[in-house]
Amino acid sequence: MSYLPNIAFLLILSLSLGYFISNIIKLKRNINLGVDLDIDLSVNRKKRWANMAKIALGQSKMVRRPIVGALHAIVYVGFIIINIELLEIVIDGLIGTHRIFSGMGVFYGFLIASFELLAVLVIFAVSVFWIRRNLIKVKRFFEDSMKGWPKLDADLILYFEIILMSLFLLMNATDVNFQNMDNGNIISGFIYPLFENYSAESLHVMERVFWWMHIIGILLFLNYLYFSKHLHILLAFPNTFYASLENKGKMNNLKSVTNEVNLMLNDNSATLEENSEENMNDIMKFGASDVSDLNWLQLLNAYSCTECGRCTNVCPANITGKKLSPRKIMMNTRDRLEEVSKNIDKNKGGFVDDGKKLIDDYISREELWACTSCNACVEECPISIDPLSIILDMRRYLVMEEASAPAELNNMMSNIENNGAPWPYNQMDRLNWKD
Amino acid sequence: MADYIAEGKSPEVLFWIGCAGSFDDRAKKITKAFVKILNSINVDFAVLGQEESCSGDPAKRAGNEFLFQMQAISNIEVLNSYDIKTIVTTCPHCFNTLKNEYPSLGGNYKVYHHTQFLKSLLQQGRLKIKGGSYKGKKITYHDPCYLGRANNEYEAPRDLINKLEAELIEMKRCKKNGLCCGAGGAQMFKDAEKGNKEINIERTEDIKETNTEIVATGCPFCNTMLSDGAKTIEDERKISVMDISELIANAQEL
Repeated sequence: MSYLPNIAFLLILSLSLGYFISNIIKLKRNINLGVDLDIDLSVNRKKRWANMAKIALGQSKMVRRPIVGALHAIVYVGFIIINIELLEIVIDGLIGTHRIFSGMGVFYGFLIASFELLAVLVIFAVSVFWIRRNLIKVKRFFEDSMKGWPKLDADLILYFEIILMSLFLLMNATDVNFQNMDNGNIISGFIYPLFENYSAESLHVMERVFWWMHIIGILLFLNYLYFSKHLHILLAFPNTFYASLENKGKMNNLKSVTNEVNLMLNDNSATLEENSEENMNDIMKFGASDVSDLNWLQLLNAYSCTECGRCTNVCPANITGKKLSPRKIMMNTRDRLEEVSKNIDKNKGGFVDDGKKLIDDYISREELWACTSCNACVEECPISIDPLSIILDMRRYLVMEEASAPAELNNMMSNIENNGAPWPYNQMDRLNWKD
Repeated sequence: MADYIAEGKSPEVLFWIGCAGSFDDRAKKITKAFVKILNSINVDFAVLGQEESCSGDPAKRAGNEFLFQMQAISNIEVLNSYDIKTIVTTCPHCFNTLKNEYPSLGGNYKVYHHTQFLKSLLQQGRLKIKGGSYKGKKITYHDPCYLGRANNEYEAPRDLINKLEAELIEMKRCKKNGLCCGAGGAQMFKDAEKGNKEINIERTEDIKETNTEIVATGCPFCNTMLSDGAKTIEDERKISVMDISELIANAQEL
């Protein structure tokens, strides 16, 4: 009988870790639905690690807004540090001990004291975040695409965090032995008096209830990540590692197009043969109309996005009332990818055409054509997401597969084709500025 | 350029004029101003003239990778046939494309934006800049996206403005946070999508806030957009939109 809690703990722990891992595997599968991307990791490896350390771990871009940056840092540090406590909880739960590390004396007190202090700071920071979202209503949290699940998701994360931190403090406050040790209870020591009137027996029951709720809450939160924008706490790291190191103005040259252009420009029969053979094996599609045409980094970007809206906030098109919102591009990409993922699961590993695609069904042409390619969104993203590359790939699809650019752009392009300038001027007049 | 080859010489630098600088009436003045500066200090430069063609930037940003690469590959053929090593251009879009997107197609050149080139002439002691009529004047600077965020060049144009002994007043959105003029990504060639404001008006309001009469920039397209913006919201105070090369040429009375 006395082993029952240990067995229950083991069961809950394995079930939740198992489910979490299965979702991570699914996440990897979904990201790999994207096309390959040439990233040469043998060069600039150091720079990539440095970017990850600076931007993801060091949150260098978050401090651009000092107040929210500091609050975010509290929650972040709090979460990492307090999770050290998780180790003790797991050991206690598995082998039936109680506060197995408490023998460490003063050091244990120091650890618990810092956890308690951070817990209070996290509750404070998260409350400010809640106020920003629900009372002050900061503008960037309120566009049409943020209604429904995204809003609920954001609030749920905040509730989760407040509840977990409160349970941690309550668990300590109702632990009579721990309070009697008077070692590190710098916050819970002040909550303890509230429970003075309860008997030792009922305090013990309360402590157990808080302890179980706390660990179960953490495991639930862990499993919630996959379904939430909160996934950024994990994916910010690979995202900043793999992010482009090139000048932001550089847009990739499509190799498939280079082959075709070379074919058109040189009628060298050797290259012709070589290339046509290549083409036979691989029917090419230019640009992206759905998530599987995007590359895996763009899909990783979509899963990493935490919907903060800093990109949309600086987008010149969005500022002037156009439909385009870089955040929505990322959210739509993830939503469509999840839809494809569910389709694959339902059809036992193979995608069955559902007649939908990312373009039109999720992202409208009007949004795509409103972009000025100014890179403000890319510059602003705290974890180096690149919405612009997705916009460009979808424009490529519209122009090269559908020939459906706006008429004025078709004019511009036929001018370039015919007289080497976007306007209808004669190439022979190029030197007329001299007169 | 063909004349240089006929004489068996090679110039110090090729001036890539760009379509705006060749055909747009306002931008032609920028071309002339830059040429005046180069001539005044005997910089040996050539132009491609009728052999120059669109860099392909607007086609690429509109999604037409075919047209872009056709333009790029034929331009690279011309540039390589003249064995060009160094290019300077007054257009950040040409600058970005030639510098970042031509190399993997076989075009490897040292590419400078004219503000970078002028700064290096200044550092070499070949170019001297005095403030002239701009001495003590308040000037603000608009960062072209394709020079600033796209290629991380924020300082060269500002260094030149400071050389004019002018007082540089920054807009609230500047450098990395600079707001686009609205022309990039092929927007120059189409009407904007439905919204509640034009982007160039939004940007011109930033300029107005600085209480300066001159806004300097380094891009012919920004120049057009901001000039239009200034005309639209003009009141008693005139805002003149000037390229940095024009400011320098005027100050040296060239």
